[in-house]
Amino acid sequence: MIDFGGWDMPVQYASLIEEHHAVRQRVGLFDVSHMGEIEIRGEEALRLVNYVTTNDASQLKIGQAQYSGLLYEHGGFVDDILVHKVADDYYFLCVNASNQDKNFEHIRGLNQFDAIVENAGAGYAQLAVQGPRALDTLQKLTPVRLASIRYYHFVDDAICTVPARIARTGYTGEDGFEIYLPPADAARIWDEILAAGAEFEIRPCGLGARNTLRLEAAMALYDHEIHASITPWEAGLGWVVKMDKGEFVGRQALALQRDRGIMRKLVGFEMAGRGIGRDGYEVCITGMGAGWVTSGGPSPTLKRNIGLCYLPCANAETGRSIQIMVRGQFVDAVTVPTPFYKRTK
Amino acid sequence: MDPEDLRYTKEHEWVRVEGDTGTIGITFHAQKELGDIVYVDLPKPGTLLQQHKTIGSVESVKAVSDIYTPVSGEVVEVNGSLAESPEILNTDPYGSGWLVKIRLSEPGEAGKLLTAAEYHAFVGTESS
Repeated sequence: MIDFGGWDMPVQYASLIEEHHAVRQRVGLFDVSHMGEIEIRGEEALRLVNYVTTNDASQLKIGQAQYSGLLYEHGGFVDDILVHKVADDYYFLCVNASNQDKNFEHIRGLNQFDAIVENAGAGYAQLAVQGPRALDTLQKLTPVRLASIRYYHFVDDAICTVPARIARTGYTGEDGFEIYLPPADAARIWDEILAAGAEFEIRPCGLGARNTLRLEAAMALYDHEIHASITPWEAGLGWVVKMDKGEFVGRQALALQRDRGIMRKLVGFEMAGRGIGRDGYEVCITGMGAGWVTSGGPSPTLKRNIGLCYLPCANAETGRSIQIMVRGQFVDAVTVPTPFYKRTK
Repeated sequence: MDPEDLRYTKEHEWVRVEGDTGTIGITFHAQKELGDIVYVDLPKPGTLLQQHKTIGSVESVKAVSDIYTPVSGEVVEVNGSLAESPEILNTDPYGSGWLVKIRLSEPGEAGKLLTAAEYHAFVGTESS
């Protein structure tokens, strides 16, 4: 167990690699109750949500979710979040565990609208069922026809007769569901899901597999790919920024940066030499410091050593030879397109 | 489970002394904490090692960790099978997962390291 933002969490239950393969090939179950929840309600809930986030929440239908950014006025990330539209006057935000209180204060401080912001993390446990057999596993425990929930949509229904918010979202690059439920019932439902998935050889999965899975899918992790000094343009997340939706926090800074052009961008790399480029390692081009690794490690699916790094835009094209300073020695690597892994549908 | 005939360090290495040769490796606890091991970096034969200095590294999917030699001397043999099958460090840390054999230059060193019982007590303290 490790201390993860005040939560005792397992890096792995048995074997990280085995857990990783279970999700890619069958199904895995994650306890992600550490994730935070913030609820925004009221007549002007949408106005507040759209003012503090980068994506356009006005495009959401009830029962739909979207990935979005929460920015500072200077354009850097406060956090990356999921916005769920539960009702016209009720939006449900899933945020990173370590950012829960920071986000809450940030949003509350910007609330000049007729809206109520609630720090709701203690009210929800969250389980993620991920992998090609996630639907078959979870279907045994709910009356909802899960196949009718489209990607990035959700329903409020029940799992094992316990009220639950069931969203077809995930952080693994596989099909799957993220379930928000009352903490008091979470342990029992965890056991029920493991039992339901037994015929598919379901595995409980820890933080370690969660990280290798999301890295293969090139999904951003707060404090790694994104943080207060990184903007969505740099992180390759321009697709979650809707500049035309009206005023929002960070918009002016993003407009300015868009006009001037970005200096650095996030790119994928693969190690060519023996060695593993890991989080925080320096990246060099022809011997000169050029950037840093945001996330890196072995890819269990590809059986290669992969990673993400920031590089000057002038040196960020695919196929560029770079060097990563691995424990005092330059090791060759090459930039590659992302994601590293994409599931076949 | 930690063999009685080995000596241990607080950095979770072990040494087995046979005559003037010491075989070193990492402990069961070390491999368990690291998880699936994917890469091992070891010194070449002929390298002179000084007790408690870094001699290489072992990497799991999750993390990289330094290896410190429990004894001083010259590397006489390296476990070549670890390059192809680093996972044997997980499955057999006290046997086929040995790292290097060292011709001891300070034969007295090993006797001052932790016994199995002392190491066991140390690991218990550390993990609680």
